[in-house]
Amino acid sequence: MEKKPEHNIKAYGNNFTTMTPGPFAVKMRTCVIWQFLRFLAINIKMIVVVRKSH
Amino acid sequence: MARLVVLGGGVSGHTAATFAAKWLGSAHEVVVVTPNAKWNWIPSNIWVGVGEMSKEEVTFDLAPVYAKAGIIYHQAKALGIHPEGNETSDKPYVVVESTEAGKVGKIENIEYDYLINATGPKLNFAATPGLGDANGLGEFTVSVCTADHAVHASHELQKCIEKMRKGERQKFLVGTGHGMCTCQGAAFEYIFNIEHELNKAGVRNMADLKWISNESFLGDFGVGGLHMNTMGFAVSSKIFAESLYTERNIDWVIGAHVNKVEAGKAHYELLDGTMGEESFDFAMLIPPFAGVGLKAISKTGEDITTTVFAPNGFMKVDANYNAGSYENWKASDWPKTYQNPTYKNMFACGIAFAPPHPISKPMSSPNGTPITPTPPRTGMPSGIMGKVVAQSVCDRILHGADAPLHEASMAHMGAACVASAGKGLFTGTAAAMTIYPVVPDFEKYPGTGRDLDYTFGEIGLAGHWIKHILHHLFIWKAKLKPGWTLIPE
Repeated sequence: MEKKPEHNIKAYGNNFTTMTPGPFAVKMRTCVIWQFLRFLAINIKMIVVVRKSH
Repeated sequence: MARLVVLGGGVSGHTAATFAAKWLGSAHEVVVVTPNAKWNWIPSNIWVGVGEMSKEEVTFDLAPVYAKAGIIYHQAKALGIHPEGNETSDKPYVVVESTEAGKVGKIENIEYDYLINATGPKLNFAATPGLGDANGLGEFTVSVCTADHAVHASHELQKCIEKMRKGERQKFLVGTGHGMCTCQGAAFEYIFNIEHELNKAGVRNMADLKWISNESFLGDFGVGGLHMNTMGFAVSSKIFAESLYTERNIDWVIGAHVNKVEAGKAHYELLDGTMGEESFDFAMLIPPFAGVGLKAISKTGEDITTTVFAPNGFMKVDANYNAGSYENWKASDWPKTYQNPTYKNMFACGIAFAPPHPISKPMSSPNGTPITPTPPRTGMPSGIMGKVVAQSVCDRILHGADAPLHEASMAHMGAACVASAGKGLFTGTAAAMTIYPVVPDFEKYPGTGRDLDYTFGEIGLAGHWIKHILHHLFIWKAKLKPGWTLIPE
Protein backbone atom coordinates (compact mmCIF):
# COMPACT_ATOMS: atom_id res chain seq x y z
CA MET A 1 0.00 0.00 0.00
CA GLU A 2 1.29 3.42 -0.92
CA LYS A 3 2.28 5.45 2.12
CA LYS A 4 0.13 8.55 2.50
CA PRO A 5 1.00 11.60 4.62
CA GLU A 6 -1.69 10.74 7.16
CA HIS A 7 0.06 7.43 7.81
CA ASN A 8 2.78 9.43 9.58
CA ILE A 9 0.33 10.60 12.26
CA LYS A 10 0.94 8.95 15.60
CA ALA A 11 -2.10 8.55 17.80
CA TYR A 12 -1.84 10.97 20.72
CA GLY A 13 1.66 11.88 19.59
CA ASN A 14 3.03 15.33 18.68
CA ASN A 15 1.24 15.39 15.35
CA PHE A 16 -2.10 13.79 16.23
CA THR A 17 -4.08 17.02 15.86
CA THR A 18 -2.57 18.36 12.67
CA MET A 19 -3.95 18.31 9.14
CA THR A 20 -2.24 16.45 6.32
CA PRO A 21 -2.61 16.91 2.58
CA GLY A 22 -4.39 14.36 0.46
CA PRO A 23 -2.92 12.85 -2.73
CA PHE A 24 -4.45 15.54 -4.95
CA ALA A 25 -2.99 18.41 -2.91
CA VAL A 26 0.44 16.74 -2.91
CA LYS A 27 0.26 16.13 -6.68
CA MET A 28 -0.63 19.74 -7.40
CA ARG A 29 2.45 20.97 -5.57
CA THR A 30 4.65 19.76 -8.40
CA CYS A 31 2.12 19.95 -11.26
CA VAL A 32 3.99 22.21 -13.69
CA ILE A 33 0.93 23.83 -15.28
CA TRP A 34 -0.75 24.61 -11.95
CA GLN A 35 2.52 25.74 -10.41
CA PHE A 36 3.20 28.06 -13.34
CA LEU A 37 -0.10 29.77 -12.59
CA ARG A 38 0.77 29.89 -8.89
CA PHE A 39 4.18 31.30 -9.86
CA LEU A 40 2.46 34.24 -11.52
CA ALA A 41 0.03 34.71 -8.63
CA ILE A 42 2.70 34.52 -5.92
CA ASN A 43 4.93 36.96 -7.80
CA ILE A 44 2.12 39.50 -8.02
CA LYS A 45 1.39 39.12 -4.30
CA MET A 46 5.07 39.49 -3.40
CA ILE A 47 5.52 42.54 -5.61
CA VAL A 48 2.57 44.20 -3.87
CA VAL A 49 4.12 43.56 -0.44
CA VAL A 50 7.56 44.70 -1.63
CA ARG A 51 6.07 47.93 -3.00
CA LYS A 52 4.20 48.54 0.26
CA SER A 53 7.46 48.10 2.19
CA HIS A 54 9.64 50.57 0.30
CA MET B 1 34.51 66.05 1.05
CA ALA B 2 32.66 63.87 3.55
CA ARG B 3 33.49 60.28 4.36
CA LEU B 4 30.97 57.55 5.13
CA VAL B 5 32.38 54.41 6.70
CA VAL B 6 30.29 51.25 6.52
CA LEU B 7 31.24 48.43 8.88
CA GLY B 8 30.22 45.13 7.32
CA GLY B 9 29.66 43.94 3.77
CA GLY B 10 26.68 41.63 4.16
CA VAL B 11 23.18 42.20 2.82
CA SER B 12 22.58 45.38 4.83
CA GLY B 13 26.09 46.86 4.68
CA HIS B 14 26.60 46.07 1.00
CA THR B 15 23.23 47.60 0.13
CA ALA B 16 24.00 50.73 2.15
CA ALA B 17 27.50 51.15 0.72
CA THR B 18 26.62 50.57 -2.92
CA PHE B 19 23.62 52.91 -2.89
CA ALA B 20 25.57 55.56 -0.98
CA ALA B 21 28.40 55.37 -3.52
CA LYS B 22 25.90 55.78 -6.35
CA TRP B 23 24.10 58.74 -4.75
CA LEU B 24 27.20 60.54 -3.46
CA GLY B 25 29.32 60.16 -6.58
CA SER B 26 33.01 60.91 -6.55
CA ALA B 27 32.64 64.13 -4.54
CA HIS B 28 32.53 62.11 -1.31
CA GLU B 29 34.11 58.92 -0.02
CA VAL B 30 32.42 55.65 0.86
CA VAL B 31 34.61 53.20 2.77
CA VAL B 32 33.65 49.60 3.53
CA VAL B 33 35.37 47.67 6.31
CA THR B 34 34.62 43.96 6.28
CA PRO B 35 36.78 41.03 7.34
CA ASN B 36 35.57 38.94 4.42
CA ALA B 37 37.13 38.89 0.98
CA LYS B 38 33.97 37.40 -0.51
CA TRP B 39 30.30 38.32 -0.51
CA ASN B 40 28.02 35.42 0.35
CA TRP B 41 24.37 35.02 -0.64
CA ILE B 42 23.58 33.30 2.65
CA PRO B 43 20.05 32.05 1.80
CA SER B 44 21.57 29.65 -0.74
CA ASN B 45 24.02 28.17 1.79
CA ILE B 46 21.42 25.52 2.57
CA TRP B 47 21.82 24.21 -0.98
CA VAL B 48 25.59 24.15 -0.52
CA GLY B 49 24.98 22.23 2.69
CA VAL B 50 23.29 19.39 0.81
CA GLY B 51 25.70 19.39 -2.12
CA GLU B 52 23.29 20.98 -4.60
CA MET B 53 25.43 24.08 -5.08
CA SER B 54 29.12 24.84 -4.80
CA LYS B 55 30.67 27.51 -2.62
CA GLU B 56 31.65 29.38 -5.78
CA GLU B 57 28.01 29.66 -6.81
CA VAL B 58 27.02 31.51 -3.64
CA THR B 59 30.05 33.76 -3.21
CA PHE B 60 32.07 36.27 -5.22
CA ASP B 61 35.10 38.51 -4.64
CA LEU B 62 34.21 41.90 -3.19
CA ALA B 63 37.32 43.82 -4.28
CA PRO B 64 36.48 44.15 -8.02
CA VAL B 65 32.88 45.11 -7.26
CA TYR B 66 33.92 47.85 -4.87
CA ALA B 67 36.60 49.04 -7.30
CA LYS B 68 33.90 49.37 -9.98
CA ALA B 69 31.64 51.29 -7.60
CA GLY B 70 34.40 53.65 -6.46
CA ILE B 71 34.18 52.33 -2.89
CA ILE B 72 37.33 52.20 -0.77
CA TYR B 73 37.55 48.66 0.58
CA HIS B 74 39.41 47.58 3.68
CA GLN B 75 39.50 43.85 4.30
CA ALA B 76 39.62 44.21 8.05
CA LYS B 77 37.58 43.75 11.16
CA ALA B 78 36.52 46.73 13.23
CA LEU B 79 37.74 46.66 16.82
CA GLY B 80 36.46 49.90 18.26
CA ILE B 81 34.68 53.14 17.61
CA HIS B 82 35.93 56.50 18.88
CA PRO B 83 32.85 58.66 18.22
CA GLU B 84 34.38 61.77 19.84
CA GLY B 85 37.85 61.40 18.35
CA ASN B 86 40.75 61.42 20.78
CA GLU B 87 42.70 63.91 22.85
CA THR B 88 44.49 65.32 19.82
CA SER B 89 41.58 65.47 17.37
CA ASP B 90 37.80 65.86 17.45
CA LYS B 91 37.42 63.75 14.33
CA PRO B 92 35.62 60.45 15.05
CA TYR B 93 37.31 57.30 13.84
CA VAL B 94 37.16 53.52 13.91
CA VAL B 95 40.07 51.24 14.74
CA VAL B 96 40.35 48.28 12.38
CA GLU B 97 42.60 45.23 12.20
CA SER B 98 43.48 43.91 8.76
CA THR B 99 42.50 40.36 7.77
CA GLU B 100 44.03 40.68 4.30
CA ALA B 101 46.71 38.17 3.33
CA GLY B 102 50.10 39.70 3.93
CA LYS B 103 48.75 42.41 6.24
CA VAL B 104 47.03 40.29 8.89
CA GLY B 105 46.97 42.00 12.26
CA LYS B 106 47.91 45.46 10.98
CA ILE B 107 46.04 48.10 13.00
CA GLU B 108 44.72 51.23 11.31
CA ASN B 109 42.51 54.19 12.27
CA ILE B 110 39.89 55.30 9.74
CA GLU B 111 38.26 58.68 10.30
CA TYR B 112 34.63 59.21 9.40
CA ASP B 113 31.94 61.86 9.15
CA TYR B 114 29.14 59.28 9.18
CA LEU B 115 29.25 55.67 10.31
CA ILE B 116 26.91 52.83 9.42
CA ASN B 117 27.32 49.78 11.60
CA ALA B 118 26.18 46.74 9.62
CA THR B 119 28.58 44.18 11.00
CA GLY B 120 26.06 41.38 11.22
CA PRO B 121 26.34 38.95 14.10
CA LYS B 122 29.04 37.01 15.84
CA LEU B 123 28.10 33.34 15.58
CA ASN B 124 28.19 32.63 19.30
CA PHE B 125 28.97 28.90 19.24
CA ALA B 126 30.64 29.29 22.62
CA ALA B 127 27.25 29.97 24.28
CA THR B 128 26.50 26.24 24.29
CA PRO B 129 29.23 23.93 25.60
CA GLY B 130 30.18 21.49 22.88
CA LEU B 131 28.54 23.46 20.07
CA GLY B 132 31.82 25.28 19.58
CA ASP B 133 34.05 27.82 21.24
CA ALA B 134 35.34 31.32 20.72
CA ASN B 135 37.12 30.12 17.60
CA GLY B 136 33.89 28.92 16.01
CA LEU B 137 32.14 25.69 15.17
CA GLY B 138 32.92 22.61 17.28
CA GLU B 139 33.62 19.07 16.19
CA PHE B 140 30.28 17.43 17.04
CA THR B 141 27.86 19.35 14.83
CA VAL B 142 27.77 21.09 11.47
CA SER B 143 26.50 24.52 10.42
CA VAL B 144 25.24 26.27 7.29
CA CYS B 145 25.84 29.79 8.60
CA THR B 146 28.77 30.41 6.25
CA ALA B 147 29.62 28.99 2.85
CA ASP B 148 32.64 27.15 4.30
CA HIS B 149 30.49 25.67 7.06
CA ALA B 150 27.98 24.55 4.45
CA VAL B 151 30.67 22.80 2.39
CA HIS B 152 31.73 20.92 5.53
CA ALA B 153 28.08 20.06 6.29
CA SER B 154 27.64 18.66 2.79
CA HIS B 155 30.67 16.38 3.19
CA GLU B 156 29.35 15.08 6.51
CA LEU B 157 25.91 14.52 4.98
CA GLN B 158 27.43 12.49 2.15
CA LYS B 159 29.21 10.29 4.71
CA CYS B 160 25.86 9.60 6.38
CA ILE B 161 24.25 8.76 3.05
CA GLU B 162 27.05 6.29 2.32
CA LYS B 163 26.50 4.65 5.70
CA MET B 164 22.76 4.33 5.00
CA ARG B 165 23.49 2.77 1.63
CA LYS B 166 25.49 0.16 3.53
CA GLY B 167 22.51 -0.53 5.78
CA GLU B 168 23.41 1.60 8.78
CA ARG B 169 20.47 3.62 10.11
CA GLN B 170 21.23 7.31 10.75
CA LYS B 171 19.57 9.94 12.92
CA PHE B 172 19.51 13.60 11.91
CA LEU B 173 18.92 16.37 14.43
CA VAL B 174 18.41 19.88 13.06
CA GLY B 175 17.31 23.11 14.71
CA THR B 176 18.58 25.68 17.17
CA GLY B 177 21.53 25.15 19.48
CA HIS B 178 20.48 27.48 22.30
CA GLY B 179 17.37 28.88 23.93
CA MET B 180 17.96 32.39 22.57
CA CYS B 181 18.56 31.61 18.90
CA THR B 182 17.06 33.24 15.86
CA CYS B 183 17.17 32.08 12.21
CA GLN B 184 14.82 29.12 12.72
CA GLY B 185 13.98 29.56 9.04
CA ALA B 186 17.45 28.50 7.90
CA ALA B 187 17.28 25.35 10.00
CA PHE B 188 13.73 24.73 8.74
CA GLU B 189 15.02 24.88 5.17
CA TYR B 190 17.96 22.64 5.94
CA ILE B 191 16.01 19.80 7.52
CA PHE B 192 13.57 19.67 4.59
CA ASN B 193 16.40 19.84 2.07
CA ILE B 194 18.10 16.94 3.85
CA GLU B 195 14.85 14.99 3.71
CA HIS B 196 14.53 15.76 -0.01
CA GLU B 197 18.10 14.66 -0.69
CA LEU B 198 17.66 11.43 1.28
CA ASN B 199 14.63 10.65 -0.86
CA LYS B 200 16.61 11.34 -4.02
CA ALA B 201 19.41 9.09 -2.76
CA GLY B 202 16.88 6.33 -2.06
CA VAL B 203 17.80 6.07 1.62
CA ARG B 204 14.95 7.96 3.29
CA ASN B 205 13.68 4.74 4.91
CA MET B 206 17.04 4.42 6.69
CA ALA B 207 16.85 7.85 8.31
CA ASP B 208 15.15 9.32 11.36
CA LEU B 209 14.81 13.10 11.26
CA LYS B 210 14.08 15.27 14.26
CA TRP B 211 13.60 18.99 14.67
CA ILE B 212 14.62 20.70 17.89
CA SER B 213 14.04 24.39 18.49
CA ASN B 214 13.46 27.13 21.02
CA GLU B 215 10.11 28.07 19.49
CA SER B 216 7.17 27.65 21.87
CA PHE B 217 5.19 26.31 18.92
CA LEU B 218 6.13 25.03 15.48
CA GLY B 219 5.94 27.85 12.95
CA ASP B 220 6.84 30.64 15.39
CA PHE B 221 9.94 31.51 13.30
CA GLY B 222 10.91 34.22 15.78
CA VAL B 223 8.04 36.46 14.68
CA GLY B 224 5.45 35.04 17.03
CA GLY B 225 4.10 32.95 14.16
CA LEU B 226 1.72 34.40 11.63
CA HIS B 227 -1.79 33.89 10.41
CA MET B 228 -2.18 33.50 6.68
CA ASN B 229 -5.17 34.12 4.51
CA THR B 230 -5.80 30.71 2.97
CA MET B 231 -8.96 29.32 1.39
CA GLY B 232 -11.07 31.84 3.26
CA PHE B 233 -9.53 31.05 6.64
CA ALA B 234 -7.00 32.88 8.79
CA VAL B 235 -4.74 29.89 9.32
CA SER B 236 -1.90 29.83 11.85
CA SER B 237 1.62 29.04 10.67
CA LYS B 238 1.54 26.37 13.41
CA ILE B 239 -1.00 24.40 11.37
CA PHE B 240 1.09 24.76 8.21
CA ALA B 241 4.33 23.79 9.91
CA GLU B 242 2.90 20.80 11.79
CA SER B 243 1.27 19.60 8.59
CA LEU B 244 4.51 19.78 6.63
CA TYR B 245 6.57 18.08 9.34
CA THR B 246 3.99 15.30 9.55
CA GLU B 247 3.77 14.90 5.79
CA ARG B 248 7.56 14.54 5.56
CA ASN B 249 7.64 12.33 8.67
CA ILE B 250 9.83 14.60 10.76
CA ASP B 251 9.33 14.51 14.52
CA TRP B 252 9.89 17.59 16.66
CA VAL B 253 10.93 18.84 20.09
CA ILE B 254 10.02 22.47 20.74
CA GLY B 255 10.50 24.92 23.58
CA ALA B 256 13.99 23.51 23.95
CA HIS B 257 17.16 25.17 25.17
CA VAL B 258 20.07 23.01 24.06
CA ASN B 259 22.50 23.42 26.95
CA LYS B 260 25.25 20.97 26.06
CA VAL B 261 26.42 19.02 23.04
CA GLU B 262 28.77 16.09 23.07
CA ALA B 263 29.69 13.41 20.57
CA GLY B 264 26.40 12.04 19.23
CA LYS B 265 24.23 13.60 21.93
CA ALA B 266 22.49 16.91 22.61
CA HIS B 267 21.24 17.77 26.10
CA TYR B 268 18.36 20.18 26.49
CA GLU B 269 15.97 21.82 28.92
CA LEU B 270 12.32 22.30 28.03
CA LEU B 271 9.93 25.12 28.83
CA ASP B 272 8.29 22.93 31.46
CA GLY B 273 11.64 22.63 33.24
CA THR B 274 12.29 18.99 32.39
CA MET B 275 15.64 17.91 31.04
CA GLY B 276 16.17 15.60 28.11
CA GLU B 277 18.74 14.36 25.66
CA GLU B 278 18.62 13.49 22.00
CA SER B 279 21.09 11.24 20.23
CA PHE B 280 22.24 11.96 16.69
CA ASP B 281 24.56 10.82 13.96
CA PHE B 282 24.36 14.18 12.17
CA ALA B 283 23.36 17.48 13.77
CA MET B 284 23.02 20.99 12.42
CA LEU B 285 22.23 23.34 15.26
CA ILE B 286 22.12 27.09 14.61
CA PRO B 287 24.17 29.05 17.20
CA PRO B 288 22.81 32.13 18.96
CA PHE B 289 23.87 35.50 17.61
CA ALA B 290 25.69 38.22 19.53
CA GLY B 291 27.24 41.56 18.63
CA VAL B 292 30.72 41.31 17.15
CA GLY B 293 32.28 42.79 20.28
CA LEU B 294 32.96 46.34 19.14
CA LYS B 295 34.21 48.70 21.85
CA ALA B 296 33.32 52.36 22.09
CA ILE B 297 35.84 54.76 23.56
CA SER B 298 35.32 58.40 24.56
CA LYS B 299 37.62 61.30 23.78
CA THR B 300 39.37 60.86 27.12
CA GLY B 301 39.89 57.14 26.60
CA GLU B 302 36.99 56.08 28.81
CA ASP B 303 35.14 52.90 27.83
CA ILE B 304 31.64 53.99 26.76
CA THR B 305 30.62 50.66 25.21
CA THR B 306 27.53 50.40 27.43
CA THR B 307 26.40 53.84 26.23
CA VAL B 308 26.60 52.92 22.57
CA PHE B 309 25.81 49.22 22.65
CA ALA B 310 23.16 47.08 24.35
CA PRO B 311 24.35 44.27 26.67
CA ASN B 312 24.06 41.75 23.79
CA GLY B 313 26.64 43.77 21.83
CA PHE B 314 24.24 45.23 19.27
CA MET B 315 24.19 49.00 18.70
CA LYS B 316 21.48 51.09 20.34
CA VAL B 317 19.27 53.00 17.92
CA ASP B 318 16.02 54.95 18.11
CA ALA B 319 14.08 52.08 19.68
CA ASN B 320 12.17 52.06 22.95
CA TYR B 321 14.38 49.92 25.18
CA ASN B 322 12.17 50.51 28.20
CA ALA B 323 8.98 48.88 26.96
CA GLY B 324 8.85 46.49 29.88
CA SER B 325 6.82 43.29 29.84
CA TYR B 326 5.13 41.70 26.82
CA GLU B 327 1.76 43.21 27.69
CA ASN B 328 3.22 46.69 27.23
CA TRP B 329 4.92 46.07 23.90
CA LYS B 330 3.85 48.24 21.00
CA ALA B 331 4.73 48.38 17.34
CA SER B 332 6.05 51.88 17.98
CA ASP B 333 8.82 50.42 20.18
CA TRP B 334 10.63 49.42 16.98
CA PRO B 335 13.20 51.81 15.51
CA LYS B 336 12.38 53.90 12.46
CA THR B 337 15.60 55.70 11.50
CA TYR B 338 18.27 53.41 13.06
CA GLN B 339 20.15 56.46 14.33
CA ASN B 340 22.20 56.07 17.49
CA PRO B 341 20.59 58.24 20.20
CA THR B 342 23.90 59.49 21.59
CA TYR B 343 25.98 60.04 18.47
CA LYS B 344 23.76 61.33 15.68
CA ASN B 345 26.25 60.55 12.91
CA MET B 346 26.15 56.83 13.71
CA PHE B 347 23.54 54.39 12.43
CA ALA B 348 23.09 50.63 12.72
CA CYS B 349 21.15 48.35 10.40
CA GLY B 350 20.56 44.67 9.68
CA ILE B 351 21.38 42.33 12.53
CA ALA B 352 23.75 44.93 14.03
CA PHE B 353 21.02 47.13 15.56
CA ALA B 354 19.74 46.27 19.02
CA PRO B 355 16.04 45.36 18.83
CA PRO B 356 13.87 46.77 21.64
CA HIS B 357 12.66 43.31 22.63
CA PRO B 358 11.79 39.97 20.99
CA ILE B 359 8.78 39.66 18.68
CA SER B 360 7.71 36.28 20.06
CA LYS B 361 6.30 36.32 23.58
CA PRO B 362 9.21 35.79 26.00
CA MET B 363 9.11 32.56 27.95
CA SER B 364 11.33 30.82 30.44
CA SER B 365 11.40 27.50 32.20
CA PRO B 366 10.55 27.15 35.91
CA ASN B 367 14.32 27.00 36.42
CA GLY B 368 14.58 30.56 35.10
CA THR B 369 16.15 29.63 31.78
CA PRO B 370 14.93 31.98 29.02
CA ILE B 371 13.74 29.99 26.01
CA THR B 372 12.59 32.53 23.44
CA PRO B 373 13.47 33.12 19.81
CA THR B 374 15.23 36.42 19.28
CA PRO B 375 13.83 38.56 16.48
CA PRO B 376 15.05 38.00 12.91
CA ARG B 377 16.52 41.07 11.15
CA THR B 378 17.77 39.38 8.01
CA GLY B 379 16.78 39.18 4.36
CA MET B 380 14.44 41.75 2.87
CA PRO B 381 14.09 43.94 6.01
CA SER B 382 17.86 43.99 6.35
CA GLY B 383 18.30 45.25 2.78
CA ILE B 384 15.56 47.87 3.14
CA MET B 385 17.13 49.16 6.36
CA GLY B 386 20.51 49.43 4.66
CA LYS B 387 19.06 51.43 1.78
CA VAL B 388 17.05 53.75 4.03
CA VAL B 389 20.00 54.46 6.30
CA ALA B 390 22.14 55.21 3.23
CA GLN B 391 19.43 57.62 2.02
CA SER B 392 19.47 59.43 5.36
CA VAL B 393 23.25 59.73 5.43
CA CYS B 394 23.45 60.88 1.81
CA ASP B 395 20.76 63.52 2.40
CA ARG B 396 22.67 64.86 5.38
CA ILE B 397 25.92 64.96 3.42
CA LEU B 398 24.36 66.57 0.35
CA HIS B 399 21.71 68.81 1.94
CA GLY B 400 23.00 69.59 5.41
CA ALA B 401 23.03 68.01 8.85
CA ASP B 402 19.39 68.93 9.45
CA ALA B 403 18.00 66.98 6.51
CA PRO B 404 15.13 64.77 7.70
CA LEU B 405 15.90 61.11 8.22
CA HIS B 406 14.20 58.39 6.21
CA GLU B 407 12.21 55.73 8.03
CA ALA B 408 11.81 51.97 7.70
CA SER B 409 10.31 50.46 10.82
CA MET B 410 9.91 46.68 10.86
CA ALA B 411 6.46 47.41 12.28
CA HIS B 412 5.52 49.19 9.04
CA MET B 413 7.32 46.96 6.57
CA GLY B 414 6.47 43.58 5.14
CA ALA B 415 8.72 40.78 4.06
CA ALA B 416 8.63 38.25 1.30
CA CYS B 417 10.17 34.98 2.41
CA VAL B 418 10.83 31.85 0.41
CA ALA B 419 11.89 28.81 2.44
CA SER B 420 13.21 25.93 0.39
CA ALA B 421 11.93 22.45 1.16
CA GLY B 422 13.99 20.70 -1.53
CA LYS B 423 15.84 21.62 -4.73
CA GLY B 424 14.92 20.43 -8.20
CA LEU B 425 13.64 22.08 -11.36
CA PHE B 426 10.53 19.88 -11.42
CA THR B 427 10.72 18.12 -8.06
CA GLY B 428 11.68 21.00 -5.76
CA THR B 429 9.31 22.75 -3.39
CA ALA B 430 9.47 25.84 -1.23
CA ALA B 431 7.17 27.66 1.13
CA ALA B 432 6.52 31.09 -0.35
CA MET B 433 5.26 33.55 2.24
CA THR B 434 4.62 37.22 2.68
CA ILE B 435 4.13 38.80 6.06
CA TYR B 436 2.86 42.31 6.68
CA PRO B 437 4.03 43.85 8.88
CA VAL B 438 7.04 41.89 10.17
CA VAL B 439 6.43 43.11 13.72
CA PRO B 440 2.78 42.54 14.59
CA ASP B 441 0.72 45.62 15.34
CA PHE B 442 -2.15 44.45 17.53
CA GLU B 443 -3.62 47.94 17.78
CA LYS B 444 -3.93 48.36 14.02
CA TYR B 445 -4.70 44.71 13.24
CA PRO B 446 -6.55 43.29 16.27
CA GLY B 447 -6.27 39.56 16.79
CA THR B 448 -3.50 38.44 14.48
CA GLY B 449 -1.44 41.65 14.51
CA ARG B 450 -1.05 41.45 10.74
CA ASP B 451 -2.91 42.53 7.63
CA LEU B 452 -4.33 39.30 6.19
CA ASP B 453 -4.71 40.93 2.77
CA TYR B 454 -0.93 40.91 2.53
CA THR B 455 0.01 37.89 4.64
CA PHE B 456 -0.19 34.57 2.86
CA GLY B 457 1.75 31.37 2.33
CA GLU B 458 1.77 28.22 0.26
CA ILE B 459 4.15 25.44 -0.60
CA GLY B 460 4.96 24.15 -4.05
CA LEU B 461 7.24 24.06 -7.04
CA ALA B 462 6.46 27.71 -7.83
CA GLY B 463 8.10 28.72 -4.55
CA HIS B 464 11.22 26.79 -5.54
CA TRP B 465 11.38 28.54 -8.90
CA ILE B 466 11.06 31.89 -7.14
CA LYS B 467 13.83 31.05 -4.68
CA HIS B 468 16.12 29.96 -7.50
CA ILE B 469 15.39 33.10 -9.51
CA LEU B 470 15.99 35.25 -6.42
CA HIS B 471 19.36 33.55 -5.97
CA HIS B 472 20.49 34.78 -9.39
CA LEU B 473 18.74 38.17 -9.12
CA PHE B 474 20.33 39.10 -5.81
CA ILE B 475 23.81 37.99 -6.83
CA TRP B 476 23.34 40.04 -10.03
CA LYS B 477 22.29 43.02 -7.90
CA ALA B 478 25.15 42.60 -5.43
CA LYS B 479 27.65 42.48 -8.31
CA LEU B 480 26.23 45.83 -9.48
CA LYS B 481 25.51 44.48 -12.94
CA PRO B 482 23.34 46.51 -15.37
CA GLY B 483 19.95 47.37 -13.92
CA TRP B 484 20.95 46.43 -10.34
CA THR B 485 19.12 49.38 -8.83
CA LEU B 486 15.84 48.18 -10.36
CA ILE B 487 15.91 44.98 -8.30
CA PRO B 488 14.20 45.69 -4.98
CA GLU B 489 15.76 44.69 -1.69
